[in-house]
Amino acid sequence: MENTIAQIQTIPLQYYIIFCSALFSIGVAGVLSKRNAIVIFMSVELMLNSANLLLTAFSAYRNDPAGQIFVFFIMVVAAAEVAIGLGLLVVVYRSTKTIDIDVLNRLKW
Amino acid sequence: MFSIYLFIFLSVVALFSALKVLLSKKPIHSVLYMTLTFFTLAGHYILLNAQFLAVVHVIVYAGAIMVLFLFTMMLLNLNLEGEFSKSTLMKIVAVIAGGLLFLVLIASLKSFDVATVGTPELTQIGLVKNLGNILYKDYLLPFELSSILFLSAMVGAVMLGKKD
Repeated sequence: MENTIAQIQTIPLQYYIIFCSALFSIGVAGVLSKRNAIVIFMSVELMLNSANLLLTAFSAYRNDPAGQIFVFFIMVVAAAEVAIGLGLLVVVYRSTKTIDIDVLNRLKW
Repeated sequence: MFSIYLFIFLSVVALFSALKVLLSKKPIHSVLYMTLTFFTLAGHYILLNAQFLAVVHVIVYAGAIMVLFLFTMMLLNLNLEGEFSKSTLMKIVAVIAGGLLFLVLIASLKSFDVATVGTPELTQIGLVKNLGNILYKDYLLPFELSSILFLSAMVGAVMLGKKD
């Protein structure tokens, strides 16, 4: 039994780092290139998720459960953040009739 | 060997759908591709033997957050096409910035050695029983505080959402 388990080739941790970096970079590019506030929110979720996956990967490879507890709390905070953020978006839409973030430039200078 | 193929398949699907989130014209398609990304990430969690997180991820993200996005989009009638687009220069700059960030993160891999102690196939920490034990013993106070955070988020969302 031990031999068969040892023979399973495990995925190198570097693969997870590369994958999560790619996902994080896609999220960053999305935040920078979009004007629709909802898509920007989704890009932020993408970045949070890549960080979550990497935390889980490190926690599984290093046998430390603290990482997975952290991921759980990050999910809690992300859920609260989305609820508040979408509420704010509704308020912004009511007052400006758009969710184009380039319209909201009064704090720019 | 099978797990590596599975990893590559899930990663390719996740990256493809993450790109489609940014590239699709209609926001509703972005939301649906985002849901696909979340499901592939749940597959990654299962691959890492983190069953509890996989289940929580599906329930919270695919179940709650995406429904919230869809409902906001539906209620505000925001599914408009081609209304928002930054200038081509800004898009190119954004892609270059993201690519450079990716390059820096990958390049930093060269300079350190990733030491692994356990393997995800053998580890048992991701199971509900073990994680629950730790959550309710060592992390009881943060766990209870997160409920207060949820309560305040709920009150805030209701306060923001109601018509004055």
